[in-house]
Amino acid sequence: MQDMKPEDLASKDYQEANLTYHDGTQRKVLYTEVETQFPDGCLIVSRTNLDGIITHLNKSFVEMSGFLEEELIGQPHHILRHPFMPPAAFADLWQTVQKKEKWHGYVKNLRKDGGFYWVYATVIPNIRNGEIISYTSVRRKPSAKKVAECMELYPTLF
Amino acid sequence: MPYTMTISPDFKPDLISGWYIFNTWLQKTISEDIHLELVNDFSELDQLIENDAIDLIYANPFDMTKLIRDKSFLPIAKPIGKVDEAVIIIKSDSDIDVLESLQPGLKVSVTDAPDVNMVGTILLESADITPDDIEKVDCSNYITVAKNVINGTTDIGFILADAYDELSSLVKKQIKPLIRSKIHMLHHTFLLSPKLADRQAEIIAALTSLHNDDNGLKLLNSLEFEQWQLVENEDAEFMIDLMDTLQPK
Repeated sequence: MQDMKPEDLASKDYQEANLTYHDGTQRKVLYTEVETQFPDGCLIVSRTNLDGIITHLNKSFVEMSGFLEEELIGQPHHILRHPFMPPAAFADLWQTVQKKEKWHGYVKNLRKDGGFYWVYATVIPNIRNGEIISYTSVRRKPSAKKVAECMELYPTLF
Repeated sequence: MPYTMTISPDFKPDLISGWYIFNTWLQKTISEDIHLELVNDFSELDQLIENDAIDLIYANPFDMTKLIRDKSFLPIAKPIGKVDEAVIIIKSDSDIDVLESLQPGLKVSVTDAPDVNMVGTILLESADITPDDIEKVDCSNYITVAKNVINGTTDIGFILADAYDELSSLVKKQIKPLIRSKIHMLHHTFLLSPKLADRQAEIIAALTSLHNDDNGLKLLNSLEFEQWQLVENEDAEFMIDLMDTLQPK
């Protein structure tokens, strides 16, 4: 994945962070305090292969992430990782789904333009003939109260 | 012994004759006797499914899990452009205009349509209202749901979006949609029991080419469908996975 560029941002008022992902790769991300609200009644749906590479997505995913579909297909799902999110949350996600169980959590996602959006995410392993063949992630609108709790909690988990 | 076909009980009553015509066409097309068994509600349907008494079914997405995963049914086709969405309604003169203004302790009118109730329930989650925070009032149909909301028996109601769109203007004047789901991915599907597995390809071909002639179009019209579209096994499995992610917390 390429580092984020200032010219892609919606605001000139941004911060920088260097993220290291579980596969050892690194990326410089630029982020702003501009929030995009989750659209009422919608779901963001995507599917990844076993390595977390995006293979399918829906229109709401494209709209909320700010990327084009072709910029997302083939990319790791952590293209949306926001530096606010503690790595422990994603470690728990992977451990859970690899045990063939469902994972739920509140996630702050990073947009292409540096802004963010909160989601309530559910990830399940797609099991066929007893084997995990892929993962499906569905994100829906989170409760404001739960998001406020996570804003307090997550900084303590680094 | 004829095969038995049934239709998910959330179909519009106006379409009963269309389904009888469809059944006659299907019998002729595959040269088999098929009895159309209509059920009154989802508990009656559950009973038929449990007793392995169904061979062909136009199934609600919620029932697909047990039909495909537990009973090894095979997906055939879905009507193009028909998706299952839910609307949460409230009395039109209510001060509440956004979901987030709702408070726990709500009385909710519901039918027995499991997909509509599931989507309605998850829509409430964003307002911090869990299934434990609501009292459900069962209704036999969507008109009763609307009436309960209008006369104040319940605070809100869950309605299938298609049914909401078809409510009379008199009823619609007295309610307002608080939120409408835009999931776009849940749909009914025509399924076949494993007993008919060797006829799957033939039935898929018949259904998905039905729109190619005038008689077929008339038949589709009587079901308010434009065209049947093939549903692959993996498409059906994906929808089942999706339903799994949508179960309330």
